[in-house]
Amino acid sequence: MKAWRLPPHVALLLPAVIVLAAVVLLPLLLSLWSSFTPFRLTRPDTIYDFIGLRNYRRIFTDGDFWVAFGRTVLLLTVALNLEMVLGLGLALLVERASRGQRMLRTILMFPMMFSPILVGFQFKFMFNDNIGLVNNALQSLGFTDQAIPWLIDGRLAFIAITTAEVWSSTAVFAIFILAGLMAMPREPIEAARVDGCTPWQTFRYVTWPFLMPFAFIAMTIRSLDVARAYDIIKIMTDGGPAGRTEVLWTLIARTAYSDARMGMANAMAYVAILLSIAFTAFFFAQLGKARAQVAADW
Amino acid sequence: MDANKTARLKRRATNWALNIALFIAMAIICLPGLWIVLNSLRPTVEIMAKPPVWIPNQLSFDAYRDMFSGIGQGGIPVLQYFRNSMIIAVTSTVISLAIGMSGGYAFARYRFRFKGGWFLGLMLTRAVPGIALSLPLFFLYARVGLIDTHAGMILAYTALNVPFTIWLIDGFFRQVPKDLAEAAQIDGCTRWQAFWQVEFPLARPGIASAGIFAFLTSWNEFALASQLTRSTSSKTLPVGLLDYTAEFTIDWRGMCALAVVMIIPALLLTYAVQKHLVSGLTSGAIKG
Repeated sequence: MKAWRLPPHVALLLPAVIVLAAVVLLPLLLSLWSSFTPFRLTRPDTIYDFIGLRNYRRIFTDGDFWVAFGRTVLLLTVALNLEMVLGLGLALLVERASRGQRMLRTILMFPMMFSPILVGFQFKFMFNDNIGLVNNALQSLGFTDQAIPWLIDGRLAFIAITTAEVWSSTAVFAIFILAGLMAMPREPIEAARVDGCTPWQTFRYVTWPFLMPFAFIAMTIRSLDVARAYDIIKIMTDGGPAGRTEVLWTLIARTAYSDARMGMANAMAYVAILLSIAFTAFFFAQLGKARAQVAADW
Repeated sequence: MDANKTARLKRRATNWALNIALFIAMAIICLPGLWIVLNSLRPTVEIMAKPPVWIPNQLSFDAYRDMFSGIGQGGIPVLQYFRNSMIIAVTSTVISLAIGMSGGYAFARYRFRFKGGWFLGLMLTRAVPGIALSLPLFFLYARVGLIDTHAGMILAYTALNVPFTIWLIDGFFRQVPKDLAEAAQIDGCTRWQAFWQVEFPLARPGIASAGIFAFLTSWNEFALASQLTRSTSSKTLPVGLLDYTAEFTIDWRGMCALAVVMIIPALLLTYAVQKHLVSGLTSGAIKG
């Protein structure tokens, strides 16, 4: 008689599932529950009061929340698109360089090693209105004699934050698209050229479709981690001044830890979680589609 | 001028323009890092100078000396933070590699129902923003007594790293032909032996780069660490960086020096594995 045993794939996946269930799933269930309560850290027994959807109703009618939400989506849209375009350009530039490719690729990796908190700090320093590199350079070159309040004016701060975000993540796109360019067979490009395609047509109809899966891998990896923008914003402006750069994540942190309104913060957090998951799932689906396309065409 | 000559001139001009564009792009990538290094080496007076001092008059390692002897402004216990960061990052990397290897192997070698769904599900746990996860974790950890401990941070970072390690390692095992392990089994190895003697050595460079990726994630993480750590007994370097920002003043030089200390291990490690990292992540790009 043989003892019953777990199928091997279940046994192999079990540790991962257990850890993720304990550290991610269980806490998320707890936070889902507490988003239906008026839970405050200072009064632990409030976690047993069920108030239904009141937290959600309150945040959905709250102007500040929607402004932060809109700003988050705007930041992500602007940043991801810019990163994609710049990354593509950078990859094409590096690919055509005849010498020093290895060194160029190493430099390309450089921003990836910076922790987001460091990126935030370094751009906070560079955009400092008094001693920052940007203002110093502008003044020394004679473009302006005033100190531009980069991190104090709401709109300028948004630009500064986007710059930091784009600086830190363009490399991811560039590296993956470059990998795609390297893996690409040469013959189709030459065939297209012989058939009389312009360089633009060759790129649009031959090169780009092949690069798509690589671009979407980069997108998926990025969207898994979009919330790391929190670290950058936290240290650059912390949502200030007066909430003019508040995004979803800084608002959650403020509501939870400064105001100690955990129930409310958890309701907001759920909106943020769904946003991230929507981004990731969307790009994951696109990745699958692009892969199928390439598999069919090549 | 004949058409040939204009065409050649035009091509040379675009060539130059593109090379200059590449140079500018690379300069923009390098500049912020160099700016930090430079400012960690010069005295605060010079950083604050108006009009700005572009070419430093004197360079010194004072900031680093102050930092490590703990007598800098505010006396920030950098060594302690460094030790915490190391312990937490290394342990969580080792654990998540072990878990990731078993999970990645399952995805690469076995067929089972809802495989795609399981994979996506595991990945999506990574998409939960750190700050959103920190709220319930904070509450749970406070209950269990894991706040401000190494164990708590290790556990959190392991969970953070597992999805991505599985993705990477799955890709690397798929590059190893199935036939090799099967041949070893026909020759009398058990599946366990075949794995350690044949498949593991072939996938090792990839696994190493997955480990480094996990290490860097833990080394750099801030959102969770800032809420789950409290004191010198578990604060990591990214959280320690904020120690330099007092109420209204910021010790720019000290922060720059700490930034350099944080970046050096990351720099060395990334350089060591860059080749494998990209090949591992894109191996699944074309054949899904």
